[in-house]
Amino acid sequence: MHELALCEGLVQSLEDQAMSKGFAKIFAVWLEIGALATVEPDAMTFNFEIVARGTVAEDARLEIIPVAGEAWCMNCSTSVPITRRGDGCPTCGSYQLQVLDGEQMRIKQIEVA
Amino acid sequence: MCSICGCGEHDTLEHDDHHHDHPHDRAPLHAHAAGMPATRMVQIEQDIMAKNQRYADANRRFFASQNLFVVNLVSSPGSGKTSLLVKTVEALKSEMRVAVIEGDQQTGLDAARIQATGVPAWQINTGKGCHLDAHAVGHAMEHLPEIQNGVLFIENVGNLVCPAGFDLGEAHKVVVLSTTEGEDKPLKYPDMFHAADLMILNKSDLLAYVDFSVAKAEAYAQQVHPGITSFTLSARSGDGLEAWYGWLRAGVARVTMQR
Ligand SMILES: Nc1nc2c(ncn2[C@@H]2O[C@H](COP(=O)(O)OP(=O)(O)OP(=O)(O)O)[C@@H](O)[C@H]2O)c(=O)[nH]1
Ligand SMILES: [Mg+2]
Ligand SMILES: [Zn+2]
Ligand SMILES: [Zn+2]
Repeated sequence: MHELALCEGLVQSLEDQAMSKGFAKIFAVWLEIGALATVEPDAMTFNFEIVARGTVAEDARLEIIPVAGEAWCMNCSTSVPITRRGDGCPTCGSYQLQVLDGEQMRIKQIEVA
Repeated sequence: MCSICGCGEHDTLEHDDHHHDHPHDRAPLHAHAAGMPATRMVQIEQDIMAKNQRYADANRRFFASQNLFVVNLVSSPGSGKTSLLVKTVEALKSEMRVAVIEGDQQTGLDAARIQATGVPAWQINTGKGCHLDAHAVGHAMEHLPEIQNGVLFIENVGNLVCPAGFDLGEAHKVVVLSTTEGEDKPLKYPDMFHAADLMILNKSDLLAYVDFSVAKAEAYAQQVHPGITSFTLSARSGDGLEAWYGWLRAGVARVTMQR
């Protein structure tokens, strides 16, 4: 699963941050994951622990902030909630949807010393 | 080892953000045990795909500078990507420059199939990796002869999941679905069909033998990706290939005219 590769990217970013901002240890990481992102939050948590070993982020807590999916329905001309890719508009059933939010995989903040 | 750069040495693209030999600053685990841990919060706002995106952007700039129309072929294993490419490069090599990057976990078999047509091809073996990333593609370009004003095909690792999330710098992802796989795949693997701009339904020669509804496959693809283009063809018989060639010619014309 590519969550491993994503975690390696995440830990690499954390190490880069530690280098540039000069902190020695990361205690917690807040990661925003959208409902439509191509990643499984549980698999991220599992892989993060393994990948973080021996780095500044060893034993750091990974806090996942879920972000709901939101799309613009061309038919209703309004923004509507969507939970998965391939779901229709909850109001009118149309698939003519433009995703507005929920695709992100983004580090928001870290707790450091 | 650097997680993005498996190779370590010949850094040519955008490697300013690489730190291959940085010391891992390991603080003792209980350094703060004596008092309150003096921690603080740092706001970041960084996409965890940022690194791949930087390499993808660099690839895209390079492809634009060479007037290359770049297509990233994705599918489950065995849908017929290489068969389609062999047919395609045979047909197009006399009218435009063509090169191919092949991605598989192991073997150089697919690159050898392309090379047999006389078209340059480079094989990337991802080992345990389940997808190509933009960094590996950037390095693969070093092994291909310089080509301009043509098309570069990148055949991704056979996998309907992971390659969806990795931009390689291509103009389009093209998803190949064969008639033996079932028409429900766009619904089961929506991320991939959402990421692709063109769906190719391959092995149309087998439609008489399998219960595969082209109309349903297309409707499902529209559901996850409104407006997606779809061609039905057979890499084996050659049926329907002209529409695909037309799509490629139009793409190459677009990138060469932008000059
Ligand atoms: N009947 C039929 N068979 C096909 C067609 N295209 C490919 N095949 C067969 O499908 C099998 C897989 O083809 P490949 O071209 O190797 O598929 P691929 O997608 O490149 O496979 P991987 O690189 O391993 O993921 C081979 O046995 C091909 O001969 C087609 O249009 N019709
Ligand atoms: Mg192949
Ligand atoms: Zn993967
Ligand atoms: Zn609606």
